[in-house]
Amino acid sequence: MADAVIEARGVARRFAGITALHGVDLSVHAGEAVALFGPNGAGKTTFLRILATLLRPSAGTVRLFGQAVADGGAAARRRIGLLSHQSFLYPDLTPTQNLEFYARMFGAPLARVRELLVQVDLLGWAHRPVRTLSRGLEQRCALARALLHEPDLLLLDEPFTGLDVDAAAMLTGMLRAAHARGTAILMTTHDIGRGFAVCSRAAILVRGRMMWNGPIAEAQRDAFDETWTAAVRGRERARPVRG
Amino acid sequence: MLALIRKDLQIEFRTKETLASLLLLGLLTLVVLSFAFDPTSELRVEAAPGALWVAVIFAGVLGLSRSFLPERENDCMQGLLLCPVDRGTIYLAKTVANFAFMMAAQLAIGPIFIFFFNLRVTASLLGVFLSLALGVLGFAAVGTLFAAITVRTRAREVMLPLLLLPLVVPIFIAGVKVTGQLLAAKPLADVAPWLNLMLGFDVIFLVVGWMVFEYAVEE
Repeated sequence: MADAVIEARGVARRFAGITALHGVDLSVHAGEAVALFGPNGAGKTTFLRILATLLRPSAGTVRLFGQAVADGGAAARRRIGLLSHQSFLYPDLTPTQNLEFYARMFGAPLARVRELLVQVDLLGWAHRPVRTLSRGLEQRCALARALLHEPDLLLLDEPFTGLDVDAAAMLTGMLRAAHARGTAILMTTHDIGRGFAVCSRAAILVRGRMMWNGPIAEAQRDAFDETWTAAVRGRERARPVRG
Repeated sequence: MLALIRKDLQIEFRTKETLASLLLLGLLTLVVLSFAFDPTSELRVEAAPGALWVAVIFAGVLGLSRSFLPERENDCMQGLLLCPVDRGTIYLAKTVANFAFMMAAQLAIGPIFIFFFNLRVTASLLGVFLSLALGVLGFAAVGTLFAAITVRTRAREVMLPLLLLPLVVPIFIAGVKVTGQLLAAKPLADVAPWLNLMLGFDVIFLVVGWMVFEYAVEE
């Protein structure tokens, strides 16, 4: 097996007395694409934010690219691209200005900006403030931002939210291309079909506990469906899984 | 760090919100205070340093309370924290940008201050500028840290001055003393202890801000 890009062991996170994650384990290896499913409030976003070094775990350890992130994780962040619910784009700046800013911050060549604007089909809006773009166009620009520095790990939090059919197909294509180049992907989603279209392994998080973690193959499909149905209906399987 | 400063300047160039509000409030404060004193009175000259620093405080608090607003929209603060830079660098860049905006506003209203208070400042201009720069830098150093802490709170307009102003009292007392003595044609050497105090304050709070900013922006 290739080196672990993500190695989370016993990750827990509490917010003011509420436990969002209860000792979650997950490993993602180089070149692997994993879909993290879960109903609302399952802790998917919290887990992703911990992996992106935006949040410290209350307990447990996270290793990214073989290194512990206790030192602040600046080196790991250079290799991570995060696409979140929010675009992280300054509304008063144009897509070009936003992408140039992030390119400078990540040490990516400025030539990548135009290249990505073409890829996400945003050249026509490149010099309009982000504030004037639709949600779909803004999400395309956010995708360009996440891919700007050619990350080794893509963390995607509900990336298809707000996208129309064409934009969703474009996103799927770009994620497949990134995956084919060897980028590891961890994607949270409610949408089973889209998750299966991009990823080769699935995990199900329910109320902060990992309930399923395994390959997406016909042989496991019934067991996956049963766990997912129970999760959506608010029932948990008896035993959380590790891995 | 330059990329961060450049980004803040680009946003300000496009919106002009911070500089316009700093200028307007600073100017308004000076004009109102200048009308409180008799134009021929010596008291007017004696009150000038106080009026200048009151304008700096009022306009500065307004500017600082706005400084992290661009980072609130679209969760851009998370975007910044995701960048592979030391989080203290984000603090230093924001402090430099806040300092630049406040100084630009002070330089713009400076001639109006001199005119309204009928001051002769030719000899003391450099010293006054130096004290203003040191005072504004300290104010920006403390204010940027507290602006980052309060920007996510609901009552940030109330919280920021409540936390900030008690801490920056020493720098304003020093600023008023230095400006007053320089306007009274005292030599720069006479105000050196006050300038040293301001410099020390700046260094301490820049270092403290750089060190604790990471924890200030953490959830």
